[in-house]
Amino acid sequence: MPAEGLLAASWLLIALPLAGAAVLLLGGRRTDRWGHLLGTATVVAAFVLAVACTVQLAGLDERAADVELFTFIATGELDVTAGLLYDPLSAVFVLLITGVGSLIHVYSIGYMAHDPARRRFFAYLNLFVAAMLLLVLGNSFVALYVGWEGVGLASYLLIAFWYTRPAAATAAKKAFIMNRVGDVGLALAIFVMFAQLGTTSYAGVFGSVGTLAGGTITAIGLLLLLGACGKSGQFPLQAWLPDAMEGPTPVSALIHAATMVTAGVYLIARSAPIYDLTPTARAVVLAVGALTLLIGAIAGCAYDDIKKVLAYSTVSQIGYMFLAVGLGPAGYVAGLAHLLAHGFFKAGLFLGAGSVMHAMDDQVDMRRFGALWKKLPITFATFGLGYLALIGFPFLSGYFTKDAIIEVALDRDDVWGWVLGGVMVLGAGLTAFYMTRLMLMTFFGRARWDEGVHPHESPSIMTAPMIVLAFGSVFAGALLVSVLPLSGWLEPVFGEPEEAAHVVAPALVGLVVTLVALAGAALAWLFVGRREVPVTAPVRVSPVTRAARHALYADAVNESLFMRPGQWLTRALVWVDNRGVDGAVNGLAAGLGGSSSRLGRVQTGFVRTYALGMLGGVVVVAGALLAVTAG
Amino acid sequence: MTLSYYLVLAAILFTIGAVGVLVRRNAIVVFMCIELMLNAVNLTLITFARSTGTVDGQIIALFVMVVAAAEVVVGLAIIMSIYRTRRSASIDDANLLKY
Amino acid sequence: MSDFPFLIAMIAVPAVGAAVVAALPRGRDLLAKQVALGVSLVVLLLAVLTTLAFDVDGERFQLTTAVSWIPDFGSEFALGVDGIALVMLLLIGVLVPLVVAASWHEADAGSRPARVFFAWLLLLEAMMVGVFAATDVLLFYVFFEAMLVPMYFLIGSFGGPRRQYAAVKFFVYSLVGGLVMLASVIGLYVVSTSQLGEGTFAFDALRQLDIDPDVQKLLFLGFFIAFAIKAPLVPFHTWLPDSGAEAPIGGSVLLVGVLDKVGTFGFLRYCLPLFPDASRSFAPFVLVLAVVGILYAALLAMGQSDMKRLVSYTSISHFGFIALGIFAFTTEAATGAVLYMVNHGLATGLLFLVVGMLISRGGSRQIRDYGGVAAKAPLLAGAFLVAGLASLALPGTNSFVSEFLVLIGAFPERPVFTVLATIGIILAALYVLLMYQRTMHGPARGVLLQEDPAEPLPADPLPSGGGATATAARTAPHRTLRVLDLSRRELAVVAPLVVLIIALGVYPQPLIDLIEPAVVATLGDLGAPGGTDR
Repeated sequence: MPAEGLLAASWLLIALPLAGAAVLLLGGRRTDRWGHLLGTATVVAAFVLAVACTVQLAGLDERAADVELFTFIATGELDVTAGLLYDPLSAVFVLLITGVGSLIHVYSIGYMAHDPARRRFFAYLNLFVAAMLLLVLGNSFVALYVGWEGVGLASYLLIAFWYTRPAAATAAKKAFIMNRVGDVGLALAIFVMFAQLGTTSYAGVFGSVGTLAGGTITAIGLLLLLGACGKSGQFPLQAWLPDAMEGPTPVSALIHAATMVTAGVYLIARSAPIYDLTPTARAVVLAVGALTLLIGAIAGCAYDDIKKVLAYSTVSQIGYMFLAVGLGPAGYVAGLAHLLAHGFFKAGLFLGAGSVMHAMDDQVDMRRFGALWKKLPITFATFGLGYLALIGFPFLSGYFTKDAIIEVALDRDDVWGWVLGGVMVLGAGLTAFYMTRLMLMTFFGRARWDEGVHPHESPSIMTAPMIVLAFGSVFAGALLVSVLPLSGWLEPVFGEPEEAAHVVAPALVGLVVTLVALAGAALAWLFVGRREVPVTAPVRVSPVTRAARHALYADAVNESLFMRPGQWLTRALVWVDNRGVDGAVNGLAAGLGGSSSRLGRVQTGFVRTYALGMLGGVVVVAGALLAVTAG
Repeated sequence: MTLSYYLVLAAILFTIGAVGVLVRRNAIVVFMCIELMLNAVNLTLITFARSTGTVDGQIIALFVMVVAAAEVVVGLAIIMSIYRTRRSASIDDANLLKY
Repeated sequence: MSDFPFLIAMIAVPAVGAAVVAALPRGRDLLAKQVALGVSLVVLLLAVLTTLAFDVDGERFQLTTAVSWIPDFGSEFALGVDGIALVMLLLIGVLVPLVVAASWHEADAGSRPARVFFAWLLLLEAMMVGVFAATDVLLFYVFFEAMLVPMYFLIGSFGGPRRQYAAVKFFVYSLVGGLVMLASVIGLYVVSTSQLGEGTFAFDALRQLDIDPDVQKLLFLGFFIAFAIKAPLVPFHTWLPDSGAEAPIGGSVLLVGVLDKVGTFGFLRYCLPLFPDASRSFAPFVLVLAVVGILYAALLAMGQSDMKRLVSYTSISHFGFIALGIFAFTTEAATGAVLYMVNHGLATGLLFLVVGMLISRGGSRQIRDYGGVAAKAPLLAGAFLVAGLASLALPGTNSFVSEFLVLIGAFPERPVFTVLATIGIILAALYVLLMYQRTMHGPARGVLLQEDPAEPLPADPLPSGGGATATAARTAPHRTLRVLDLSRRELAVVAPLVVLIIALGVYPQPLIDLIEPAVVATLGDLGAPGGTDR
């Protein structure tokens, strides 16, 4: 139904940060002094507005509000209206984006204080928030696509923020390209929708998708999944996300942990009416989620770069969410709850990592940390709470949300349910292993600092957001599951939650997961806590470790399958074009010129030769005349 | 039957002229041979005019003579100037107009 | 107001301006530039007024004027615009003043006086207006060929080191296409003579003809080859990288931005309505050329080391999208294709201009001679990025709308071709970002590094012509990157394009409203489902 009141002004949510970005980018150095404050203010204002809008939304009978803005593209059969849809699902994301976004903006004021390009940083962050809000608020797949590529751009700009570093520039490009591969899938899905249904709006597509043939729906589902995989760093497009850690740490926290990379989950959840009709596509979602969950967790165990470990952890956790939304109606809520909880604790962990790096002169190698808990007490405390939440320590966020997904999987009550459940429990163990390893290497043990490094706690403008996020890490899970149940809030979107007939008692699941996690943590203690951590990584390691260190050779596969053949093809085509196509053209020209100059040789300059030629001609003509008249 | 005598004579004269143009190098001689060919043609024209009893051939013969005279003037002038610059009257030495 | 002969004025004003500029005395180059800028701004104003006088819901061809020209052939000096031609006139109006401003100093470096450059530029503008506004096929042909002359001299007199080669190649290539088209034009005349009793070249009369399908195929090929060379489609494309690279920047902008659009405009205006049966039967072949072109040229663009050649190849790829849109025969795709023509002119125009500004600073066209420029010239880098993003059709820029329309419109009719073409958007991201990363990102390197930071730079660096000295400079610790950011003049060139790119990316509907009726009428001539005859 059309929006009224504050909801009608929900376009301001996007406009505010967008205006902030525009002012900061166009204002130039004039805005250097107060640019970061403006950038933060717009996002905080958006958060306040989002809270107000959500409160109003909660009061509506029918919890969904349409905001029609203007006709974007209308020609022929196609009619795309720029419009927003403020419903419980988008509200959840809007609150996450603006809420965590505000905290990270505040944090960045401190983190980027000494960077000469801080204004540009806030401009890009604002741009990101605007694009991300458009992504979740748009009322059609086209609007989603616009936001989708918009966040890709912001991500590109922010990864390449320190663009003079070749690694950052390359990582940014890689991220954009791999995202574009996914975008092709999303674009094609939109084309299929238009070709089959004649519309791209959520209302139109979801209203008539049931009339399509099963194969078409599956195709749409798989194409959407390709898009989701690109944005969310899922198999087979997961390789860009760890490289994206070249960006400043607040970026990693906001974009590459809490919000943008969960857009794929949003897409699948939003497209629930499509996936509900195609078990095949849903099975593929499950497979992708399960596979990525393990890949991320295994790779996370081997890296020494603190941000890369967290990045692979993100890949793995998003695998959980994919798995959840692939499980069907009961899984959506569980997946989204995990997404929100993850948004809190992973953002907190990244901010903590940023604080550690801040203290250690931008060192990221955990082998050069150690014993930091005394020097960085607040960071340690908040990081530790995030860590406990992530590994699913009882009664913290992860415990509720992750276990809920495992329960839903087991509730399928078939072989696959047990397989998926087993994968997730195994993943929980691996998570506990790599996170404990990270904790031990960073905060405990002997100090293995570089010379001249004097760790110090970060300023309060940085620690305050970390503390807030730590509270979120602790309480979000319980809040979302029992106090303010997400399932009830999302009921207008996903339908009434059915009372689950638990195959395995939730308490038992919780117990098993906790025990496995404890085993993982103990194993980590055996490896890195009990004995000295070498400052340089050991070279002679088992093949398993070596594979994990190379992230199961994802980059190598991409390089040998796409990059090298692509470069080879490009070089070959350049040769073909220059020598073959252009050669044919120039050859034709040269052939004409050459033959004409060769023909010119007949003009010898000797008059008698010409005379002979004339005589010959006369003889021929006379002969021909005679032949004609006589014959 | 008298007609064929004249025509044979004209053909012989023309052939002599044509061969002369092809084989001789001296520009003056080539020039003379061209004149010989022209006059052979004149002879043919007048022969036919006489045999058919019309004056057309004779008129054309007069035209040929006029043109030949004009051509002699221009041609000799060119040969003279080439001779002055190259000290040679051989037409093979004047082969600059080529590719 | 609509009685005013806008179209004749739009041809006459720049033509007279060209004569005035050419007649200025030696040494008055500054005056010549000012006159040229003034004249081109007047044409822009006229283009805007024309648009205002145009009634979207009115006749197909409006603002028509016809003057008796060659009555013996039944040919008139007939002008008129539909929505398609109108948006092209607007594009010309917008681009030429910017090109004049962008060439302000560059023209001084040519082998002829700068006023000659601006005279040719204005004459080119007059010819370009004529070619889009002509509604008489013979008149169209005359403008089509006459357009080559100013461009030939712009490339040949003011271009890069291999300008002679490029100019001759451009000229001969286009001329060959033009002659083939002339044969078809005459063929059309012959057909009209036999069917109407009296020969004519008037477009409106010709499209009523009922031509035998076999004859149609021959005549279609004549037009098609000319337009495919002009557009250019693979495999008739090899002249464009040479011309685009060697032409002065202003010439490159107009060449790729407007001149080449005559090819795709011709497909839509002449090939489809005049030869509907042939168009339908040849469509699969054209689509193969289009899709091959999209992928092939994009891969080639990645392999280029010369920035201007790279941008030229990206254009060939984009022309593939336009051809795909036209020959998909749906309203959405064809509207998208026309919009693409405008948007590509703006986006690639900006890309060429920015690349030209970078080249004028370093004097080399090679990508490897630059690096880390963004650190010292953020405005230049920003403009470069906007142009690049528009080129890869990022949502929010104008190109997204047109590319999206082409693909979504073509998909229902030609799913296989469209899926292949969609892969092109990955390649587009690759070639744009590779060039951007190598020149703007990374550590400072290349020709802009200077030994002694104390040494002042010249006020406005001029191209030194070629990269012979370029490779000498390599990264060394005591060198610093010395590069000026955009000057006020350059900013004035770049800013309008950036604004247009974003504005048309967010709110393209006014242009679509202008284009759609003409597209529907064109497809109606074709008898395609997307159009209605009127």
